[in-house]
Amino acid sequence: MTPRRQRMIVIGLVLAGVAVAVLLASAAFQESVNYFRTPTQVASGDVPATRSIRLGGMVADDSVARDPGSLTVRFTVTDYANNVDVVYTGVLPDLFREGQGVVTRGRLGADGVFEAEEVLAKHDENYMPPEVKEALANAKKAQ
Amino acid sequence: MWRLLVRWFHQLASPPYFYRFAGRVAPWFGVVGGLLIVAGAYGGLALAPADYQQGDGFRIIYVHVPSAYLSMMAYVVMASAAFVGFVWRIKLAHAVAVSAAPIGASFTFLALVTGMLWGKPMWGTYWQWADARLVSELVLLFLYFGYMALRAAFEERDKADRASALLAVVGVVNVPIIHYSVIWWSTLHQGPSISKLDAPSIDASMLVPLLLMIFGHTFLFVYVLFERLKGEVLLRERQARWVRKLVGTTA
Amino acid sequence: MSEFLSMGGYAAFVWPAYGLTLIVLVANVLLPRRRHRRILKQLRVGTDEFQSVSQPTVRHVP
Repeated sequence: MTPRRQRMIVIGLVLAGVAVAVLLASAAFQESVNYFRTPTQVASGDVPATRSIRLGGMVADDSVARDPGSLTVRFTVTDYANNVDVVYTGVLPDLFREGQGVVTRGRLGADGVFEAEEVLAKHDENYMPPEVKEALANAKKAQ
Repeated sequence: MWRLLVRWFHQLASPPYFYRFAGRVAPWFGVVGGLLIVAGAYGGLALAPADYQQGDGFRIIYVHVPSAYLSMMAYVVMASAAFVGFVWRIKLAHAVAVSAAPIGASFTFLALVTGMLWGKPMWGTYWQWADARLVSELVLLFLYFGYMALRAAFEERDKADRASALLAVVGVVNVPIIHYSVIWWSTLHQGPSISKLDAPSIDASMLVPLLLMIFGHTFLFVYVLFERLKGEVLLRERQARWVRKLVGTTA
Repeated sequence: MSEFLSMGGYAAFVWPAYGLTLIVLVANVLLPRRRHRRILKQLRVGTDEFQSVSQPTVRHVP
């Protein structure tokens, strides 16, 4: 075996070892590597009641209701299979709107309402000018 | 043709030849890169329309995406060069790896900070420790720092070359993790817009400046790499006759 | 012009991002050139300042 081949094997083995370790680790911690849980996961009871978790999904259309005179807002987070009602008091990010992605951090109350301490907006990877968006929406309506 | 290419490659790996080659070629990369970036920045700031969701805030994409892409590209260049240097003991390859590291680190830093400046108004937060994309990009920054710190810990350059090469190659595992983090796991960060197999999910009027910026950054990277390499090669070859001749300490 | 500068209310985020990018790009252009010039100068003078900064090579005994 030439020294060059030896060096190649050394580096290959080390690399393979690290790759396997990372793979195993990320598989084992899949749950904690994931940033949020979906309403379906929450509905299936896969949620610790005592610990604070993140719930992510879409803000359901026509679900946002603001309490007049306070910063409290109620809305429904959906993954189009299950819904979770959320109540939050505080300032919402600019991109918070119905039909858009959202990630909330908080606890699931005994009444099934998710009490959020933090609400973050999750936007998608689509970028377009407003006119294009409008044209797309019109085309969809015409169908 | 192939044999000619191989011969040229061998020639390029010879330090005096490379030094002259870099000196001749680098300025062109610098000029083209600079022009592309100026055009891309103008297009991104002034010509591209505002986004239907994010308004003018989305214009951060034109500085964020190129630096994020470069932060990973520079690492792949560094790790590949380190691998070649480790296995084939090519001196110039180690010089390439050393020179790519600070460039990659600076663009990783830039990707992180511009990302934070984008995240605050849009997501509502500068940073989330639980987000796989954000944290893996931060790990990349520490890989660059670790690589440079490890080198500095060695007295002899040969040993530094070999030890740091191992770290660089092993760390390359992180690059696909960064790229696929938004697909493998749920993240606050959105999925890829351009590098999808189907059509890009970004309007052409917004895409053109972004592509100009990405190509511009790539050219600029090659320019900076060559400029760094010129110094690095001189330093590594300072005992060689061609360097002593060049600086005039020997006739 | 002031409308352009206000960036639709996102000026506080857009301009720092572009400004910082400009600084990093310019530093990436200037620093390696300066380093190359300094190395050339040091080698010319013969005082090998970089010996301590970067590791000395093992000298080959002919």
